[in-house]
Amino acid sequence: MSDITSLTLTQTIAALDEKKFSEEELNNAYLERIKKLDPKLNAFLEINEKSNKIPAAIKSLISTRGLKTSSASKIIENYNPPFNATVIGRLLDKGVSVIGKTNQDEFAMGSSGENSAFGSTKNPWDLIKVPGGSSSGSVAAVAADLAVFALGTDTGGSIRQPASLCGVVGFKPSYGRVSRYGAISMASSLDQIGPIGKSVEDVRLILEWIQGPDGFDSNCQPSSHLRGATRVAADAHLGGGLNGVKVGVPKEYFAVPAGRQGEGLDSGVEKVVKDAIKEMEELGAEIVEISLPNTQYAVAVYYIIMASEVSSNLARFDGIRFGGDRSLFGAEPKRRIMLGTFALSTGYYDDYYNKAAKVRTLIKKDFEKAFEKCDVIVGPVSPTVAWKLGEKISDPLTMYLSDVYTIPASLAGIPGLSVPAGFSEGMPVGVQILGKYMDEETILNVGEVLEKALDIKEKPKL
Amino acid sequence: MKLTKDQVKKVAKLANLPLSEAEEEESAEQLSKILDYIDQLEKVDTRGVEPTYNVTGNENVMREDEIGESLSAEDALKNASKTKDGFFVTKGVFESE
Repeated sequence: MSDITSLTLTQTIAALDEKKFSEEELNNAYLERIKKLDPKLNAFLEINEKSNKIPAAIKSLISTRGLKTSSASKIIENYNPPFNATVIGRLLDKGVSVIGKTNQDEFAMGSSGENSAFGSTKNPWDLIKVPGGSSSGSVAAVAADLAVFALGTDTGGSIRQPASLCGVVGFKPSYGRVSRYGAISMASSLDQIGPIGKSVEDVRLILEWIQGPDGFDSNCQPSSHLRGATRVAADAHLGGGLNGVKVGVPKEYFAVPAGRQGEGLDSGVEKVVKDAIKEMEELGAEIVEISLPNTQYAVAVYYIIMASEVSSNLARFDGIRFGGDRSLFGAEPKRRIMLGTFALSTGYYDDYYNKAAKVRTLIKKDFEKAFEKCDVIVGPVSPTVAWKLGEKISDPLTMYLSDVYTIPASLAGIPGLSVPAGFSEGMPVGVQILGKYMDEETILNVGEVLEKALDIKEKPKL
Repeated sequence: MKLTKDQVKKVAKLANLPLSEAEEEESAEQLSKILDYIDQLEKVDTRGVEPTYNVTGNENVMREDEIGESLSAEDALKNASKTKDGFFVTKGVFESE
């Protein structure tokens, strides 16, 4: 088969079962494609030639025994974990192997992939553009068919935003659904590991493989997993359409200054998202206008809380147990360590950290109130399509504001799915589907119906 | 809020972050700009609002104090830049700087 690498995960599993090709042929096809295309894309930091099962690309910062886990940072450039992250152990048990460790923004800090210490990943749809970040390499690898699927992490949008910019499916589960054990921590009250795949069905399967408590992440508890992610209920409930589903559309997401003056939603992106909402209505969904009045404060709240937690988590890099000197941190980690240390310092703690934690409560309550009126919330993932490499790198604040649509869900701990919905200026645009806390089932169901109806088949030409 | 270069120096010391002269200046400028943006939170009325530090509401999650699997000393030491007799080597704590 010449198109082995274009198959989705579920198609790959079926083809292996039917012995259409062997695991060896599968890995050879992917390794060959990586060798041919990765020099252009720079999606991988490490390639595992010994991969012999279903090949998955794993974000660098997720610990893999025997494969370098640098988090795209000079400070732990040669770190080789003595153990596997829980999610890796679970994937290996399911017949998956790690075909490579992917490039990312250093310590997951960035929205473009450009903050890697080892050079930016390029967008497979246009090599002069950013892939988004921070799970830049994982998303580019899936978009370019360099892996069957990938794992990333999402703290403020780091799976959903690059998935939207590269035209693949990206999913951030509810906070606490997947154990983070073995993922290098960035901001512990926000970090989640999640799947990136070629279809909604794929990310659902991957989530089922990796989710659930392991006793090593105290925020991942058995009590939180009463609801599954399985589709059984879905088919009976939805019957292929969206009858009876209430879709909330936040009026603030389409207002002009989404972040601040002049930082509104791009009109081409707006059209794709509104068309997707219209499609949902035609599929039988009831569209409800909702309000998330504190949206405008989300980026400010996030940058205090995230940076505070970063300053604490990155204190472990002291050059004693692993890694080198702290001067080896790149510019963005340094900036966030400084901001967080300041926000937690005597005299400023109440004005910054505590104030942000209170506004976070208001943002979380906005969602709780909105979900009294709807089952899912739909809107944009990113205010723009992928931009040119270098365009925003010298202005950290403008870069931060590109996460305005993904950050609120992260602060509230709710799940979010990015599904490819169309194109603007020749670049992919995703639509974001948010759900109630621990109700991944509903958004995956809705995402699957929408994906099927939109039926987008374009792939990047490489 | 504007951060002065002296404040930046103090924060860098708290963070154990060695910054060059140029980095200090850049830091003062960029952090001030970011803090100006963050200062919009002052407008939000948060009287009587409880802070959210963790959305799960979990607090002090306990487990049984049982011995489980752990890393071997050899594995635990293999990424360290300096070891001696099966220990990590660190700078002296009580020596003056």
